[in-house]
Amino acid sequence: MMSDVTTAPTATRAPALAGRVKAAALLFVLFALLPPLASALNDPFYVLIGTRILAYAIAAMALDLILGYGALVSFGHAAYLGFGAYAVAILSSYGINDMVLQILGAMVVSALFALVTGAISLRTRGVYFIMITLAFGQMAFFFFISLSAYGGDDGYSLSQKSTVLGTDILHSDYGLYYMALGLLAALFLLCNRIVGSRFGRVFTGIRENATRMEAVGYSPFRYQLTAFVISGCITSVAGVILANQAQFVSPAFMSWHRSGELIVMVVLGGVGTLAGPIAGAAAALLLEEWLGVLTEHWPLLFGLFLVLMVLFSPRGITGVLEKYGIARGKE
Amino acid sequence: MTTLSVRNLTKNFGALKVTDDVSLEVASGEIHAIIGPNGAGKTTLISQLSGQLPSDSGAVAIGGQDVTGLSMPERVKLGLARSFQITSILPGFTALENVAVAVQARSGSSFRFFAPVAQEEELNDAALAALKEAGLDDRAHVRASALSHGEHRRLELAIALATQPKVLLLDEPLAGVGGEDAEAFVARLKRFKGRFTMVLIEHDMEAVFALADRVSVLVYGRIIATGTPEAIRSDPQVRAAYLGEEEEEVA
Repeated sequence: MMSDVTTAPTATRAPALAGRVKAAALLFVLFALLPPLASALNDPFYVLIGTRILAYAIAAMALDLILGYGALVSFGHAAYLGFGAYAVAILSSYGINDMVLQILGAMVVSALFALVTGAISLRTRGVYFIMITLAFGQMAFFFFISLSAYGGDDGYSLSQKSTVLGTDILHSDYGLYYMALGLLAALFLLCNRIVGSRFGRVFTGIRENATRMEAVGYSPFRYQLTAFVISGCITSVAGVILANQAQFVSPAFMSWHRSGELIVMVVLGGVGTLAGPIAGAAAALLLEEWLGVLTEHWPLLFGLFLVLMVLFSPRGITGVLEKYGIARGKE
Repeated sequence: MTTLSVRNLTKNFGALKVTDDVSLEVASGEIHAIIGPNGAGKTTLISQLSGQLPSDSGAVAIGGQDVTGLSMPERVKLGLARSFQITSILPGFTALENVAVAVQARSGSSFRFFAPVAQEEELNDAALAALKEAGLDDRAHVRASALSHGEHRRLELAIALATQPKVLLLDEPLAGVGGEDAEAFVARLKRFKGRFTMVLIEHDMEAVFALADRVSVLVYGRIIATGTPEAIRSDPQVRAAYLGEEEEEVA
């Protein structure tokens, strides 16, 4: 009797977890099929935009880790895209071209920035948290604007793509695309483990009711700060990919519009689902592409779409899919 | 088991003295009830004892150790836990997860990022045991937001038990619970007697007189009397301030 009750949580839990992983696996398969499809259609442009989608998917998923599971709405997450991008630019100007080292550098800087700004921001709640993370994001933005050695607000062109452990697989657009896909899949599995871990349960519990968590012996701050740092580090990986894709870095990577776009991707895909924001990034960037062809006033149409989405499916794309029983990824 | 000692505790909200020089000695294993009319400052006192609310002056000690300067999480780690008058749970978690996360706080590091916590038998078993003691094990896998009010009160108790308290502060555990449910709840609390020291705030006088070893009466933030339930019942000052008033209300 005891045993069948205790094994039940894994039984009730498993479908939710499997749903999230299944939805992500499906997305990854679709992503993997895109390059052959693009070359069959003789439209290699889709590989380029696909790479951008994968990069933003990493960033949106990282933001969802704290926004969805911790109710921490960071409005300054584009700063970490910038740290990733400038890690490529600055390190390569010193002859360090390997992506592994560039990602490492980006993560170190991001971790420090997240640690300091998170420690201050997490003393506030709600709207104040949003505003103070925005302020720190803008500080990073203006720092790189004034960094004249790397072009200031004109940006900085990269002379070469990163190498990966000495190989030049990123030199082909396909190589970079599949590298981005591999990183996205690996980071998704990482986030998925974190969410289901002891740490993840405490972090989610703090979202549910911080006072209750304090009353059983947890200090919310330590857990929130740790998650904030993890999220920042993962986001910076997206910046490294974007710099390699564009062969150019500029402070525009870290403007507050970009931070807003990341939030839109999370909301569009489904808050607190991890897989949802990946789809959200794809939907947002593809809509931007397609609507941009139709009219130069595309943001108006995009805004309309977003409003309708929030009104009719508050849980985003995930919500739509759940309604038709296709995916069940809710935590 | 541990003693709870409160010395000259005060708390002011502006000009209002909510806790006015409260001193209290609760013996090891005792059930000490605090009664008083609405607005007497009972919940404020519990919040000060638990560390949720800082005190303006005075001292709190458990088992002779001063905890006045410690935060709520730190006090919980030392064995001073509270339950809430207004149900405070994790609504999106199942009942079992609500309790398991409390067990986890006392067993090993929570900075583990990879192993799936839902499969930790140790946590689930301990959580289920606490749910059983609170009489909620049959609802272990129901989302807390879907539980009834009476079940929330039991979940609140199970969570408090899971923190392995030495001193448990119960803030109106029977709030909104009536009839047979209330009787079962009182019987349950009675079984815990001797396992840990309890401070019980309760409006249900039947429950108070059935459980408490001693009773303190709080009126306008001051303790006006402390004694055995019999002594309190016959104390004229108490009757005037509280019990009489209550009887009039009932009548």
